[in-house]
Amino acid sequence: MRHALVSPVILILTLLLGTLPALAFEIEDQHSFGPPEATNRLSILSTTDIAFFAPLAEAFLARNPDLAVHYVQASSQSVQQAIGTEEAAFDLVISTAMDLQMKLANDGFAQGLPADVVQSLPSWARWRDRLVSIALEPVVLLLADAAIPEGREPPRSRRDLIALMRDHPDLFEGRIGTYDPRTSGAGYLFLTQDARTSDTIWRLAEVMGRLNARLYCCSSQMIEGLISGDLVMAYNVLGSYASANLPPDAAVHVVTLQDFTVTLQRTALVPANAPRGDLGASFLRFLLSDRGQQIQADAVGQGVMRPESFVNQPWLRPIRLDPGLLSTLDSMTRRRFLSEWAAAMEQP
Amino acid sequence: MRRPLRLPATPRLPSLRKRLIVQLIALSAGLAVVLYVAVRLGAERASEATLDGLLGAATSTIAEELRSVEGGAELDLSPGTFSMLAAMGEERIFHRIDINGLPVTGYDDLPRPPQEPTALEPVFYDADYRDAELRLVAVARSLMIENRAAPVLVIVGQTRDGQRAVAQALANRAALIGLMVFLIAIPFSLLVARAFLRPVGRLAEAVGRRGGHDLRPVRHPAPAELMPLVEQLNAFIARLRQTLSQTETFIAEAAHHIRTPLATLRSEAEMALRQAGDEPTRARLRGMIRATEESARSANQLLDHATVLFRAEQFTQERVDIGAMIAALADRFRPTADLKDMEIRLDLPSERLETTGDAVLIEAAVRNLIDNAVKYSPEESEVAITLTRDGTFARLTLRDHGRGLGGETLATLSRRFRRGPNVGGVIGSGLGLTIVLETAAAMGGRLELTEHEEGGTCATLWFPLSS
Repeated sequence: MRHALVSPVILILTLLLGTLPALAFEIEDQHSFGPPEATNRLSILSTTDIAFFAPLAEAFLARNPDLAVHYVQASSQSVQQAIGTEEAAFDLVISTAMDLQMKLANDGFAQGLPADVVQSLPSWARWRDRLVSIALEPVVLLLADAAIPEGREPPRSRRDLIALMRDHPDLFEGRIGTYDPRTSGAGYLFLTQDARTSDTIWRLAEVMGRLNARLYCCSSQMIEGLISGDLVMAYNVLGSYASANLPPDAAVHVVTLQDFTVTLQRTALVPANAPRGDLGASFLRFLLSDRGQQIQADAVGQGVMRPESFVNQPWLRPIRLDPGLLSTLDSMTRRRFLSEWAAAMEQP
Repeated sequence: MRRPLRLPATPRLPSLRKRLIVQLIALSAGLAVVLYVAVRLGAERASEATLDGLLGAATSTIAEELRSVEGGAELDLSPGTFSMLAAMGEERIFHRIDINGLPVTGYDDLPRPPQEPTALEPVFYDADYRDAELRLVAVARSLMIENRAAPVLVIVGQTRDGQRAVAQALANRAALIGLMVFLIAIPFSLLVARAFLRPVGRLAEAVGRRGGHDLRPVRHPAPAELMPLVEQLNAFIARLRQTLSQTETFIAEAAHHIRTPLATLRSEAEMALRQAGDEPTRARLRGMIRATEESARSANQLLDHATVLFRAEQFTQERVDIGAMIAALADRFRPTADLKDMEIRLDLPSERLETTGDAVLIEAAVRNLIDNAVKYSPEESEVAITLTRDGTFARLTLRDHGRGLGGETLATLSRRFRRGPNVGGVIGSGLGLTIVLETAAAMGGRLELTEHEEGGTCATLWFPLSS
């Protein structure tokens, strides 16, 4: 679905890129919404797919017809590089990598948001007046019907999952997908949060490594693998992508593991050097409005969570939006963690 | 004119009450400010000390998480440590770890401590970093790396916005309490000032209530601080009483010492007149008798005048029946009037008219008026004395058929020892009208002298009626 939309666009954009100021960070995609002649342009840098973002942009522009939105999609690592190192000029930055967003805010790359935006949010959904949460998303396990043998229940916990993989290595050999935490910011965040909660993750990593799991940069590619049948399992996929991108008839279970399911907050900030920080803030206001929340919920089905979910699904484990996120970004800590992970994945 | 009770204005200092209130309010305002500053500084110091302790402990924990491994050091930063540091007021956190003096992780450009910490004692310091004021701590330890001891420096810094906000909020609350204390202090100090100064007011009232002739010492209870004033007042009263009694004695003595020899002189002269047959000698003796009479009269009037002045100062208050007094005085003048075949006609009201004042003074005034009327009237004439009520005053009118005022006015005639130009041959001292005027002034009354068209004088004296 994404490719269908993107291919012609990429071609045009590649041509366009030559005329744009050189951006050193790597972009995955970009698109302009609204009248091209509009003088008020809002630039957004985000990890979210354009397909997912488009309805939001269109609803926003319907209310603000004199505006145009320039949307750049990049990986969370590139977002960090663009804002934290190159200080690229964007008016709003949205990312699922909470830790990297927190680092940007902590390091002073975010500007203070208007009081009305911040004060309407509960304290768990913001950090100071710099970083706000726009959606809650569970990190889920995707399991194809083919991976569940006849008469067996889908796994409820990581222990069940490990047992299933050990019992049926033939089903899973070479057909497991998960993030490569070395290249994916979100993948690293999910994995460190897993490790923080339970040691089961190391046993899971060992089993996945033994079954020659494949490593991906992005949720979307794992979902494509599942749809095409290359994969039977994808571990740590963003719930919103799963809901949005899986066809309704796909024979795939979306499993929220009940030993714990990490729940992240998609966060947004307005960079300190934003040329039109006011536009960024007003788009943020729209995202947080009932209308904006409704559009996000429609786009992803049940992927976006309401705070009430935490009452009836006690296994949901929210990632706290505080500088505790910074600890795993420490280069020595990261190096140590990744080497431990690699050791678990790549046994002789 | 004499106003016995009216004192010249004393220079006034600001009232004690006002001063007391101002000082009390200033004191409580000062206390409110001190409270604000003390709480502000106290809260800041206390929370800074607490947060320094937390920061130091967290940094030591991080330092201990460093482990030596093959090929270098290994660190597993726990998220809880950072979460805790940021907990109060959502602070920003920065860290840096140096091994062998070179940064190995964290923020390479985080400011280093002003002096090197030791393993015993971390170094706390403040620095500006990335547009923020940071509180930093540096902790030192040593790590075996490749079989050699390597010095390790762990620096963690945090912003203190939350702490400042809390201290500010505390101080604001303290300031609010201070302000309330200040507001409460205003009515309170009004009450205190009133209660405090009540004895002064009571004492002044007690002294003010005393009659003019009351020269007893003040025995009103007074606080210790006012006792010197009361004692001085009593000493002053005692001196005054002594002076007054001396004056009284002097007047009495003087009267005695002048009148007695004059009386003797007169009787001796009269005896000599009776015995002398020689006409020139008799004429001289008659002249001598007349001069003696004049001297005696002058002495009497001088004494009268002195008495008037003295008593006016004393300001004795008693009720006097004017009608009865006039009737009695008229009776006393009748023998003199009869000698000149004069008639004294009294016209008194049936109601009793009373005035409040010194009976001796009033009598002296009326006596002088009647004396003048009889003295300056020709033989076989009439003196009419009328007493009527005139509003809140009693009006006494003396109408004679004498020689009038000779063109003089009341103002000039009432000067001491001043006599009209037409007194010729009549004995007088020129003090009579002065006495009348001074009495009228002391009592709040009035005197009017008019010359009648048909000849003669009309003297009118008003006394305020007793209320």
